[in-house]
Amino acid sequence: MTRDQSQLLYASTHEWADIEEAEGAKIATVGVSSFAIEQLNDLVYMDLPEVGRVVNAGDELGEVESVKAVSPLYSPVSGEVIEVHSELPDQLEKLNSDPYEFGWIVKIRISDDAYLNELLNFEDYQRQCAESA
Amino acid sequence: MTQEIAKTPLDSMHRQAGARMVPFAGFDMPLSYTSIVAEHQACRVKAALFDVSHMGRLRFDGEGSEALLDRLLTRKVSGMPIGAVRYSLICNEQGGVLDDVLVSHLETPSQQRYHLMVVNASNRMKIRNWIEPFLAEFPRVTFSDRTEITAMIAVQGPLAIDVCKRIFHFDPARLKYYHAVITDQFSKPVVLSRTGYTGEDGFELICRAEEAPRIWENLMLVGRDDGFMPAGLGARDTLRLEAGMPLYGHELTESIDPLTAGLRFACSMEDGREFVGSDALNLLATNPTAKTRVGLLPDSRRPAREGYLVFNSLGEEVGYVTSGSQSPTLDRPIAMAYVRREDVGKRDLEIDIRGTRVPAELVKIPFYRRK
Repeated sequence: MTRDQSQLLYASTHEWADIEEAEGAKIATVGVSSFAIEQLNDLVYMDLPEVGRVVNAGDELGEVESVKAVSPLYSPVSGEVIEVHSELPDQLEKLNSDPYEFGWIVKIRISDDAYLNELLNFEDYQRQCAESA
Repeated sequence: MTQEIAKTPLDSMHRQAGARMVPFAGFDMPLSYTSIVAEHQACRVKAALFDVSHMGRLRFDGEGSEALLDRLLTRKVSGMPIGAVRYSLICNEQGGVLDDVLVSHLETPSQQRYHLMVVNASNRMKIRNWIEPFLAEFPRVTFSDRTEITAMIAVQGPLAIDVCKRIFHFDPARLKYYHAVITDQFSKPVVLSRTGYTGEDGFELICRAEEAPRIWENLMLVGRDDGFMPAGLGARDTLRLEAGMPLYGHELTESIDPLTAGLRFACSMEDGREFVGSDALNLLATNPTAKTRVGLLPDSRRPAREGYLVFNSLGEEVGYVTSGSQSPTLDRPIAMAYVRREDVGKRDLEIDIRGTRVPAELVKIPFYRRK
């Protein structure tokens, strides 16, 4: 099963979030959009946060580094990091081929869902990408 | 004031090929067409085509050109035979580097001789303005900027010469390294030069702007079956970094002199030759600055980047990185840096990579040398 891109929410900084309800909390699985991965081109390194880190939406979660540049990775939601995809930094090539399934980066238990309204739906995000391309 | 962004004569070719375009030195330039690593490897194994039309092309005609260039350049230009190409610096009076350039001595089919200087795109206007006041002393020199009416294409890689000779009237294999000739292509003059900025064999050609798309298409067509790829600025940078070549604005600036940069070979200081900056360079030759340009191999998966600091085992700051990247050929991070001379022989250097001190082995450059 692969995540349906059209059902995800997107930050204008190109992170996607898949929001699910579990045990009375909202859990966001977070990754980077295929558009951004294509733009980054030739990834060589990824720096992930620790489990337990508390972040606000817009805070830096980590960094991705390509041959040419370092790019920050921002949290699209506010909450606590409850899981980190620790195998991902060793298999960055899979981020290209499978950004929405294998390419998940962290899971965050959302503490404040007010900010979710700020995220873009798929159509709006696609429009943003088209405008910047 | 917003500056109009210029397009090279090959702009439409890049867009058709799906290149990612970025502004660079006032031009819209291809950063990459497919992947920086793939383009880099094509250049190392087969050949790659680069649009380098953004580079400045300045021409000196008439009597006194050699004397003028002898004043301006650290390298002696007078006595250069027809067809010779030299790498040189342009310094200010303090010995700081204003630009690094290639000068060619050329002869047209009608036996008109002139000198052509290729300067960095980012320095073109600065160098034009620098040259301007010297011209008064050399009234018979005609100085012209040919950048906008010409285009420049680099074809680099082990197959570049052999494959491309099929489409040239002049066999580029007859050109020695660092030599150039004016030949013709589609009945129009083309400067063909066995030079480059990748560490590979190959050539660079300068043609009229309107001829460039046809020549580019022909080069791609003749090389397609042999694995030629168009390559962008991204690969150009990783290729030159592996080859240990300095890039203006990074290894070279107005506060770096050629000797500190390890470019003594490009300074003809013998026989008390005088040129702009020669007094400063003669002093520096006996009394050098405290730092020198080196290669570093960070023991890290993360590349060191420009501006990252270098420390010795005592924790003293002893240098800074000027360029750094993942090396596609070595499959590991590489960097160039200025490091205190007294620390050059030492082990246990470290680079601060975003808050983490990482051991770095000091090595001689280049990182890559073609076989």
